Amino acid sequence: MDRTQLGEFIKSLKPDATVIEGKQFIEVTVADTELHSLAKKLRESEETWFDFLVCLTGVDHSNGFEVVYHLRSTRYGHMIVLKTRTSGREKPVLNSVCDIWATAEFHEREVYDLLGVKFNNHPDLRRLFLDSSWGFPLRKDYVDDVNIVTK
Amino acid sequence: MEEIIKEVVVGEQEDYVINMGPQHPSTHGVLRLVVSLRGEIVKNVQPHIGYIHRGIEKMCESLTYPQIIHLTDRMDYLSASINNEAVCLAVENALEIDIPDRIKVIRTIMAELTRIQSHQLFWASYGMDLGGQTCYFYGLRDREKVLDIFEETTGGRMIVSYNCPGGLMYDIHPNFQKRVKEFIKYFRSVLWEYDAILTGNVIFRERTIGIGKLSLEDAISYGVTGPSGRASGFSCDIRKHEPYSAYDRVKFNEVLYKEGDTYHRYLARVEEMRESMNIIEQLIDNIPEGPYAVKMKPVIKLPEGEYFQKVETVRGELDVFIVSDGNKNPYRLKFRSPNFVNLGVLNHISKDFKIADLIAIAGSLDFVIPDIDR
Repeated sequence: MDRTQLGEFIKSLKPDATVIEGKQFIEVTVADTELHSLAKKLRESEETWFDFLVCLTGVDHSNGFEVVYHLRSTRYGHMIVLKTRTSGREKPVLNSVCDIWATAEFHEREVYDLLGVKFNNHPDLRRLFLDSSWGFPLRKDYVDDVNIVTK
Repeated sequence: MEEIIKEVVVGEQEDYVINMGPQHPSTHGVLRLVVSLRGEIVKNVQPHIGYIHRGIEKMCESLTYPQIIHLTDRMDYLSASINNEAVCLAVENALEIDIPDRIKVIRTIMAELTRIQSHQLFWASYGMDLGGQTCYFYGLRDREKVLDIFEETTGGRMIVSYNCPGGLMYDIHPNFQKRVKEFIKYFRSVLWEYDAILTGNVIFRERTIGIGKLSLEDAISYGVTGPSGRASGFSCDIRKHEPYSAYDRVKFNEVLYKEGDTYHRYLARVEEMRESMNIIEQLIDNIPEGPYAVKMKPVIKLPEGEYFQKVETVRGELDVFIVSDGNKNPYRLKFRSPNFVNLGVLNHISKDFKIADLIAIAGSLDFVIPDIDR
């Protein structure tokens, strides 16, 4: 399956998703409620078989947190980027993908620790690096007068 | 969306919970493992990390790309040269700069030398973890020779900062080729000792064969890459699948095993040293002439967008994910560090083994703690 076919196939799995052919990878954007069901389909369908979650990370944008999943198929070697955005910044919540890829457990704890995005149905959502009294340092509005010198 | 978060209790009531670390000789740094035991049997291992978390990703947001290079050395300090290369390649690919062959070849040789010295230290300290003190002296004896080569060319022994966007910091030392060839010749003549001391040792084999088995499905699901993943049969070598630098012009084998136990994770690393020597031998006599760096703009700005770069470090796949808003510093920079991901599998593979085996299993995953914490 080449890139265009792959993009069309993903579009057929979830018609609501936006599929863009990026420079490096196909970029798929879904709503936060749809994320888990699409991820499960991408993992299980024989044509895509994305069995390896390479990287999971969050990016702070002013209107919400974007969580980015880089997926690779060890069978076909193709790779896509799956993106979703939390609704608002006050109580960012997403559904965990731990049940699909076990590696997500650590990645999601890191995202929770540094960005404050919570994940439903995560088996063990605790702070990873920092104490519970810390803020969320990777947020753009994080203030630390002692350790961060602003010019 | 609504929030459904459950509280989790670590360990059951009858478990005996002990702390291994933060200062424990076999954790090779400040890693704390909270181990739940039933008798001598490990039931649960919870890693507690963050003792040396420096917030490198946050620091990167206020630094320029050439400055970031020097932070990457300090993540996995045993594969410093390859970490540098990851950021350099990400920046060069984003700006679509053609890199001359000389730079590619030197980068590849440096990366493979880095791989050899890291595996030598792994071999040395792993032997010591399992009670063979002699290994440490044999391993470090040979590793010094690689570090001397680094020092002559780059000025640094471990934290080399040799690559920069657009090429290399300085040209190789005139003695470089001669000394690398001498080292390869020497190391080939002593590598049999490694096998004689440890690989064939009865005590070592008894303690490692069949311990901490990781199946192929679990290796993929937990994202275990590098020699640890390849010991389970997970073909994940970026050098082979998506060659960067000069890896497309050399012949080498991807070391793969099916067993996935502690012994084969160890064996994969020893075999990789041989493969790395093969790669260096193919390149060292044919370093092309040319400049050692391309002239770059004084202020490097990446166009707006997202960039993703994979490289194969000593311990697995390192990914650099850059979100740029067009400024001289990244909007967000993420390092997917191999050690951090590999740590996630420790609880899964050490369950139901004895606590003494936990040392063997954790050692075979070859953690470097600053790479976990970043």
